[in-house]
Amino acid sequence: MSVTLTERAAAHVANFLGKRGKGLGIRLGVKTSGCSGMAYKLEFIDAALDDDEVFDSHGIKVVVDRKSLVYLDGTELDYVREGLNEGFKFDNPNARNQCGCGESFNV
Amino acid sequence: MALLQIAEPGLSTAPHQHRLAVGIDLGTTNSLVATVKNGIAVCLVDEQGRALVPSVVHYRGDGGVDIGVAALGARLEDPKNTIVSVKRFMGRGLTDVTHIEAMPYVFEETPGMLRLRTVRGSKSPVEISADILRALRARAEASLGGELTGAVITVPAYFDDAQRQATKDAARLAGLHVLRLLNEPTAAAVAYGLDNAAEGVYAVYDLGGGTFDLSILKLTRGVFEVLATNGDAALGGDDFDHRLYCWALDQSRIAPPSAEDARRMQMKARAVKELLSVSEEAPFRVRLASNEEVDLNIGRETFFEMTRPLVQKTLAPIRRALRDAGLVAQDIKGVVMVGGATRMPHVLRAVAEFFGQAPLTNLDPDKVVALGAAMQANALAGNRRAGDDDWLLLDVIPLSLGLETMGGLSEKIVPRNATLPIARAQEFTTFKDGQTAMAFHVVQGERELVADCRSLARFELRGIPPMVAGAARIRVTFQVDADGLLSVSAREASTGVETSITVKPSYGLTDDEIADMLRAGIDRAGDDFAVRALREQQLEAERLLEATARALETDGELLGTTERAAIEHEAAKLKALAAGGDAPAIGAGIAALARITDAFAARRMDRSIRSALAGHKIEEL
Repeated sequence: MSVTLTERAAAHVANFLGKRGKGLGIRLGVKTSGCSGMAYKLEFIDAALDDDEVFDSHGIKVVVDRKSLVYLDGTELDYVREGLNEGFKFDNPNARNQCGCGESFNV
Repeated sequence: MALLQIAEPGLSTAPHQHRLAVGIDLGTTNSLVATVKNGIAVCLVDEQGRALVPSVVHYRGDGGVDIGVAALGARLEDPKNTIVSVKRFMGRGLTDVTHIEAMPYVFEETPGMLRLRTVRGSKSPVEISADILRALRARAEASLGGELTGAVITVPAYFDDAQRQATKDAARLAGLHVLRLLNEPTAAAVAYGLDNAAEGVYAVYDLGGGTFDLSILKLTRGVFEVLATNGDAALGGDDFDHRLYCWALDQSRIAPPSAEDARRMQMKARAVKELLSVSEEAPFRVRLASNEEVDLNIGRETFFEMTRPLVQKTLAPIRRALRDAGLVAQDIKGVVMVGGATRMPHVLRAVAEFFGQAPLTNLDPDKVVALGAAMQANALAGNRRAGDDDWLLLDVIPLSLGLETMGGLSEKIVPRNATLPIARAQEFTTFKDGQTAMAFHVVQGERELVADCRSLARFELRGIPPMVAGAARIRVTFQVDADGLLSVSAREASTGVETSITVKPSYGLTDDEIADMLRAGIDRAGDDFAVRALREQQLEAERLLEATARALETDGELLGTTERAAIEHEAAKLKALAAGGDAPAIGAGIAALARITDAFAARRMDRSIRSALAGHKIEEL
């Protein structure tokens, strides 16, 4: 089981963590909400919890709680630019369909 | 598909519930929009990576509008319809604007704010500013991929209520929800204070395109408090350009230039000024539409020498602000530089000399205000967690707010430099017997006499029950919200009748007037105090004479002829004194009349008690 970052995403995370001045890495997760049932969570993390799995990807610690990992296994997080907008994008092999906005999905 | 940003722990929002908030620095020369992304404040850029949006609006003949970089070229081709530095016109009338003769626009004087006649019809500064804000909003929504929840817009600390209101109106017109108006220096401190976790007392020296602000701020454990603000609403980088422009006109001995040529020369002046910050010498070469050529050369020292008075002009507000805060230059732990004009070496040098230390310049002086506004917007939109790094922002009002009282005196209710938001109440009473209405006159300024202050609003409270003078209790509450806008309410205690007003102030105070009012308030404090003392004695004399006359009328038979003559003699003497200007003499006259009427007052008291008790048994009482 694993969750990874693209090199580009890792570079951006490293940059953001540096500017933030603290933090272990990032947390990826899912929440049950949104128009298609589940939504992604993307946060900085200052301390890992007991039921967290910790992955290392391009030098960045990626933390996922066990419940979310079921839905996120194999996911790759990328950093993309679309016009003026830029940000992180989940490439999740488990997601069967997404809502139009891409913030919500189901399996 | 929507792209995600990294949230603070525990703060990721549900889908479609991102609260996108931006900070906007609506500047005289350039405007910026910034937001907090992945926990860091960043300025939003266009496709070419440019953060600054020139505050230039071009109304095209074909009905279109160009804003920012797209409008820059039109400054030469179509100066009448290309508006620059519109911020200088916000909330202003024609007579308030300096250097109006050098501007290529067609102005219209209308009651309230001036208007500009363009090919797209008559435009108010509010509408023109709204066009700039609309462009910033579009950039933000494209960059953030969603609709904005709200914006924090910065204004110079010295903006009066009319100018603040105009800024809010422009935002509303542009479809922006204004979370708060924030003073520019305060925003800069937010950016510096949070990024550097600094504590202590700081000065923010903000020399923008058109305005100069100096604020003294106290930062302690994440709390920002503005101790004092001062400045000059008509001094900025544009004035340096203007000096250079005048110098070039003078040196080249050309005929008075056309609107287009004037604009061309002004643009050159700005470019030369910027070049002189980094090089010792700069050419001033312009080919005019009239085919004349201006070919000059200027050295750095010449430019510094000709603009020295402008740099010196910024030092007086610093001294006043320090005095207001009760501090000296040595108390200032650091000086924050804001605004592109602070890049000029002689400005940096003068500030360093004044404070005896090198100013802070580690953030881009053009962006620092927008970044601070973005942090504030992020906090106000609820994207920050309350708790450990929570912070509070306190701001102050620039001029005291008060009410006119009898005798044309100003009673200050909210003192200058009080922190915002604030509510202050004071009780007033009636001056005459049976008075059923009261007129309130709200004034702004530091002077003791209403005539020397600025009139903000007038309103009336009616329906006060008839009572003897001094018995009614009318509570007047002044409330200034976080944006510095004032509402005043008056309430009579016994009946609860109430009236209130929100001050949309009578505008039209010029920049010089604001500065003069402050200066005069300090310089003339002694005179004012004497005048106030005299007015108070005159009022007291008037009140006593009236009461005595009334008593003589109703209870005159209690007095013997000699007693009555003595009282009338003292009363006449006091009346004569009150008409003069000798406060101590009036005071003595009041004391004399009060003394001689003592026995009379006692007899009247006895009689009224007797009449009240007549016919009652002791048990009934």
